[in-house]
Amino acid sequence: MTESVDIDRFTAWLRAFAGAIHEHAAELTELDSAIGDADHGSNMDRGMTAVAAALDADEFASAPALFKKVGMTLVSSVGGASGPLYGTFFLRFGGALGEGDADVTALGAALHAGIDGIVQRGKAEVGDKTMVDAWMPAVQAYDDARGDGLAAALRAAAEAAARGRDSATPLVAHKGRASYLGERSAGHQDPGATSTVLLIESAAATLAAS
Amino acid sequence: MKKLINEPADVVSQALIGIEAAHGDRLRIDHEHKVIYRNGPPRAGKVGLVSGGGTGHEPLHGGYVGVGMLDAACCGEVFTSPVPDQMLAATAAVDGGAGVLHIVKNYTGDVMNFEMAAELAADNGTEVRSIVVDDDVAVQDSLYTAGRRGVGTTVLLEKLVGAAAESGRPLDQLLELATRINSVGRSMGLALTSCTVPAAGRPTFELGDDEMELGIGIHGEPGRSRVPLASAAEAAQLLVDPVLGDLPYGTGDAVIAMVNGMGGTPLLELYLMYGEVHRLLQQAGIHVARCLVGNYITSLDMAGCSVTLVKADEELLALWDAPVDTPALRWS
Repeated sequence: MTESVDIDRFTAWLRAFAGAIHEHAAELTELDSAIGDADHGSNMDRGMTAVAAALDADEFASAPALFKKVGMTLVSSVGGASGPLYGTFFLRFGGALGEGDADVTALGAALHAGIDGIVQRGKAEVGDKTMVDAWMPAVQAYDDARGDGLAAALRAAAEAAARGRDSATPLVAHKGRASYLGERSAGHQDPGATSTVLLIESAAATLAAS
Repeated sequence: MKKLINEPADVVSQALIGIEAAHGDRLRIDHEHKVIYRNGPPRAGKVGLVSGGGTGHEPLHGGYVGVGMLDAACCGEVFTSPVPDQMLAATAAVDGGAGVLHIVKNYTGDVMNFEMAAELAADNGTEVRSIVVDDDVAVQDSLYTAGRRGVGTTVLLEKLVGAAAESGRPLDQLLELATRINSVGRSMGLALTSCTVPAAGRPTFELGDDEMELGIGIHGEPGRSRVPLASAAEAAQLLVDPVLGDLPYGTGDAVIAMVNGMGGTPLLELYLMYGEVHRLLQQAGIHVARCLVGNYITSLDMAGCSVTLVKADEELLALWDAPVDTPALRWS
């Protein structure tokens, strides 16, 4: 059996992520209060609410068209660093997908393209205490588990993202607003890595659903 | 949280309605893009100056739109960078054929969004240059951080470069001037209280009655260290020392000095602080050629202040003295 993701499942993923962000908005803002400027939850909620509205308003002919809209909506509505970073992720992710349904290999290639965009835009590496600390192990785990099928690969990615998020907590931030605190950023969970885990967990819950 | 607001989500758009009502004789507001412009079309041959950032720092930046300073200010959400659509609209609107200079504070979100906007504007054929202000000595400048924050020097730079733009200086020379001003501008701030972001509804950080936060930025992000509450004289020393320690100052050097309130400290205390800062600078042999005392780049309702020094030569002082006519800074 070939598992593949069609546009309805991609849409379900985005709706699930919008729901998760809304549910965790206060928690994300709380995390950001400790090391940033207390706006990650409200900004992402504003952006994903706009994405959900765009999904309601439009029909999309293809996954690339869908994700272009998602990326542009986030860039235009979120602000801060999260807008350009998540916006760039979805623009590159969609740009790497073909017109048809995506199988486990195509989805992996799109994830790589998306994370490459984030690294290029934010110039952060693993260990800088940013969303990259959740993304990189997630994509690695996805690649490693790809042979076991889509559901297993996504589940492995979500678990690795959560471990990456937690492993960044004791670190001193080197990028982003938390980096201005120096040593004082250590011991705080990174809000960007936290929202990234929500995105990958939403993918695991929706993309491979039967 | 006690705030004079209606809905947290509407704070920025409703403040813009008030700014238009107050200053409509000289400012024009694009409510869709949340951009504040000078009234009237761009002047042919004059470089357009566009700045912007999160709101909550008033009068920065909207209060500095007018003759002798900015042509447009893009207003983000509270403490959140504006988005590229806003800078793109502003850049197109103020281009008088001589190009546009973006004045950006070094915060990751501002830098990324202005970068995306500059790329898009260049695609549309507008010549754009950017100066990223990074003057905060509280942040260690190293390979491993995103660099220093951009804070108080932004205000002085907007005035100085604004005067030069008004006199018809071309884009590349303005960038050179802005780069030079940034290289001789240094700031350091402290907080006596946190601020409260309307959407969050409670103070961003907790600070005991006997503590102060040293080396803060302008977003209620915690500072570099927490120290016991000090007298004004001691606090002034804690701000002036790291600023002076960061640039080679010589006896007789002239500076433009700013003692800036973070929004919740009365002018009485700011003037008292200025007296202490002025005394320390005199002791160090530094000549305060010009000064500003007041709330110029704030952090909502935070109590506290910052000190900014820009080392000034004759050229900068002449630009400083040139006429300016904006809601927040005005002389002739």
